[in-house]
Amino acid sequence: MSSILNASQLDASGRRVVVDPVTRIEGHMRCEVNVDDQNIIRNAVSTGTMWRGLEVILKGRDPRDAWAFVERICGVCTGTHALTSVRAVEDALDIDIPYNAHLIRHLMDKTLQVHDHIVHFYHLHALDWVNPVNALRADPRKTSELQKMVSPSNPKSSPGYFSDLQNRLKKFVSGGQLGIFANGYWDNPAYKLSPEADLMAVAHYLEALDMQKDIVKIHTIFGGKNPHPNYLVGGVACAINLNDTGSAGAPVNMNSLNFVLQRIKEAQAFVEQVYLPDVLAIASSYKDWLYGGGLASENLLSFGTYTQTPGDKSTDLLPAGAIVNGNWDEVLPVDVRDPEQIQEFVSHSWYSYADETQGLHPWDGVTEPNFELGANTRGTRTNIEQIDESHKYSWIKAPRWRGHAMEVGPLARYIIAYASGREYVQEQVNRSLSAFNQNTGLNVGLKPFLASTLGRTLARALECQYCADTMEDDWHALVNNIKNGDTATANTEKWEPSTWPKEAKGVGINEAPRGALGHWIKIKDGKIDSYQAVVPTTWNASPRDNEGNIGAYEAALLNTPMERPDEPVEILRTLHSFDPCLACSTHVMSPEGQEITQVKIR
Amino acid sequence: MSNNVETFYQVMRRQGITRRSFMKYCSLTAAALGLGPSFAPQIAHAMETKQRTPVIWLHGLECTCCSESFIRSAHPLVKDVVLSMISMDYNDLLMASAGHQAEAALETSMENHKGNYILAVEGNPPLNEDGMFCISGGKPFIEKLKKAAEGAKAIIAWGSCASWGCVQAARPNPTQAVPIHKVITDKPIIKVPGCPPIAEVMTGVITYMLTFDRLPELDRQGRPKMFYSQRIHDKCYRRPHFDAGQFVESWDDENARKGYCLYKVGCKGPTTYNACSTVRWNEGISFPIQAGHGCIGCSEDGFWDQGSFYDRLTSINQFGIEENADTVGMTAAGVVGAGIAAHAAVSAIKQTTQRKKTEEEQNS
Repeated sequence: MSSILNASQLDASGRRVVVDPVTRIEGHMRCEVNVDDQNIIRNAVSTGTMWRGLEVILKGRDPRDAWAFVERICGVCTGTHALTSVRAVEDALDIDIPYNAHLIRHLMDKTLQVHDHIVHFYHLHALDWVNPVNALRADPRKTSELQKMVSPSNPKSSPGYFSDLQNRLKKFVSGGQLGIFANGYWDNPAYKLSPEADLMAVAHYLEALDMQKDIVKIHTIFGGKNPHPNYLVGGVACAINLNDTGSAGAPVNMNSLNFVLQRIKEAQAFVEQVYLPDVLAIASSYKDWLYGGGLASENLLSFGTYTQTPGDKSTDLLPAGAIVNGNWDEVLPVDVRDPEQIQEFVSHSWYSYADETQGLHPWDGVTEPNFELGANTRGTRTNIEQIDESHKYSWIKAPRWRGHAMEVGPLARYIIAYASGREYVQEQVNRSLSAFNQNTGLNVGLKPFLASTLGRTLARALECQYCADTMEDDWHALVNNIKNGDTATANTEKWEPSTWPKEAKGVGINEAPRGALGHWIKIKDGKIDSYQAVVPTTWNASPRDNEGNIGAYEAALLNTPMERPDEPVEILRTLHSFDPCLACSTHVMSPEGQEITQVKIR
Repeated sequence: MSNNVETFYQVMRRQGITRRSFMKYCSLTAAALGLGPSFAPQIAHAMETKQRTPVIWLHGLECTCCSESFIRSAHPLVKDVVLSMISMDYNDLLMASAGHQAEAALETSMENHKGNYILAVEGNPPLNEDGMFCISGGKPFIEKLKKAAEGAKAIIAWGSCASWGCVQAARPNPTQAVPIHKVITDKPIIKVPGCPPIAEVMTGVITYMLTFDRLPELDRQGRPKMFYSQRIHDKCYRRPHFDAGQFVESWDDENARKGYCLYKVGCKGPTTYNACSTVRWNEGISFPIQAGHGCIGCSEDGFWDQGSFYDRLTSINQFGIEENADTVGMTAAGVVGAGIAAHAAVSAIKQTTQRKKTEEEQNS
């Protein structure tokens, strides 16, 4: 399947299908596609339908407070913006954090990764593959056999367990109130699992709901709450006291460290026994559905994450890099400070630039909202029936790396890590591919396997496993460091604004659950002068740019056949494989002198 | 409430559907669900009798932290809430269907349960740009919100966005985002503020309503008294250190390691009404102060615009330190600091006096 990467090659002549709202995502999104007479998608349009203006709000505030504001960009990937923000401020002010803080931040960041991936797969994505109504037809004994086969170590596999669950499900639906399952696409032939597999997956949907509330307690220990744990410029606020007066009431003590280790081990068990086997089982049942690759086979970007030696990016567990033009053999270096590399365009976004043929680096970004619909829009300004994608059509800007639209996320991280020779990742991927080929009798190669909707979903599961495993290493490193006498958690040398230079600028980067994340800050006279975030969903949900390059969502939907165009199962499946986070993607800054357009207040 | 709730059967009869058609509907439903004809009487029975209370859950401008918090609930477990206690008829975060099928589910629920559903709102509507800073189904979110509010029996404002405006409404509020009580003025609104609210507070409010068939008692600002009538400071486990004048002076100092009071590094616990120090977070594991960071006051109106989170609460009009939220009423969080500074000083003095007295007594 060759990828079409430019709008000029798209065919919008066929029937138009509109999906709004796209559900089971964070935030608000619309998607329109054209299907040809074979019901194959030939044109795709991704529209971000919300804007909050958080960076406008940040201007003039205390940089030490910024983490709390930007953390509220998103409550799903909670903490990742806060972490990236404190990194941006620390970069601007040249603050090194204690090693304990480095490790605790890793533990918190990986907790998010594990949690977010599990919730995404079971509660936002699974219903694209799993049919809960079909589960009513399952034989619980056969479900038990299936469970023992796909995951021998999973203790919850008895026939009674599944029949109890099935009875509860029957009771639920026989009440006639289907709740969140109402109006689903349950007789659509796009669903391929056996009733037994469906019942097993429904059981795990509920188990994951129970499990997810426990793993986040690691945030509660170190950050006081979840969602939205607390962060601190200069380190972490959770002081360590293992063996001194007041230890029992201190944030980090023997009790809380033990608690954290226990949660890590539970997460490892869940990923091993439930999550990974489920993803592989589903992939095998959908073996002919290797659609949805889009940009994944072509252009991929990662900022790298989990730096083992603080300050040395070459020690990232998942390395930074860019792949372009489908050359998986070459990973190019990425510099987030270089004004030539990352630029945002707005020719198809609801913003204005003085010159919209040019892109702007985040440190020089401009944002003036300009909600303007094209002449071919159907409907009205406040009742849009069909978007005109030849004009501005999204609240999301179009970020580009050296002019290329890029895919970011777990799959991008995994392909870049694989291409960079990271052995752990290579081993995981190779093992999964051979299991897939063995289960299906196929002989699919690495590239078509990974560059697909299923590949994206698998990469997320593999990364979840990697994070759960290496959290234990971080925990031991933390304990060892404390054992060696280092209990520092915060560097307060530059806490007071009087110690800061008159002007400073910095950038914080991270790999969020959904992909490459960067925050660019300028500080002046102790206050935020400008703040810009370019987030994963801005990359993936990007509209076209002035060259016609299409974004990752749009590219991934192309060439996919739909069973019933009125029922967007396939569209949801591929969009969800990116784990869209729209609140993240649609917020911008207005630098000094750039006033937000005044619009009328009703 | 259940006394007033029409069953599905009653609604259908009211709409002129015959008993015969109703039974046919039940058979079709049974067939559609793959249950076979023997399930039809069971469906009919369920529809004629008790229903799970329908909940319509809308998302405006928000970050989804409220939904994320809700699913963290441990008692009750959220799966039990969703499977056995309520009928989540519309929730664009969790629902299977999308696009027009999702919108149809919303219409159906509003129609069939008119006057009987709970509307839960996460986030808020922006007024600028004709409301098009938040678009759902091609239209401004505010239209959906107003329409859903019309037939609701009760409205819950989840979190600080729906209750107060929260982060997108912080100065200069570029989208003119407003709390929902600014646009829904004819219905009681239960405010459950916090960014986000504690999971068990959210499910606690819902289960109270279902169990006791009434709305929770609210304070003058519309918050359930059961969770929002006391300050975090009132029940903080570090309160004795405040009273003793023992404070963290800077991050990671000796006092931070001993778990002293965080007031001097900006803790807003003394002016924040919430249950963090009592219910605590994530099954009672900890809460921000216990994890070493001051409270940022996220359940208070306008908490983003009260200066830095690390500024010490100071100097404004005093009020008696033992007043409650009702008497303080609509006073913004920012205007309640002074008493605290004075209170801190007084506590320290008291402590010193006490110590002197004790010493004198011992010496005498």
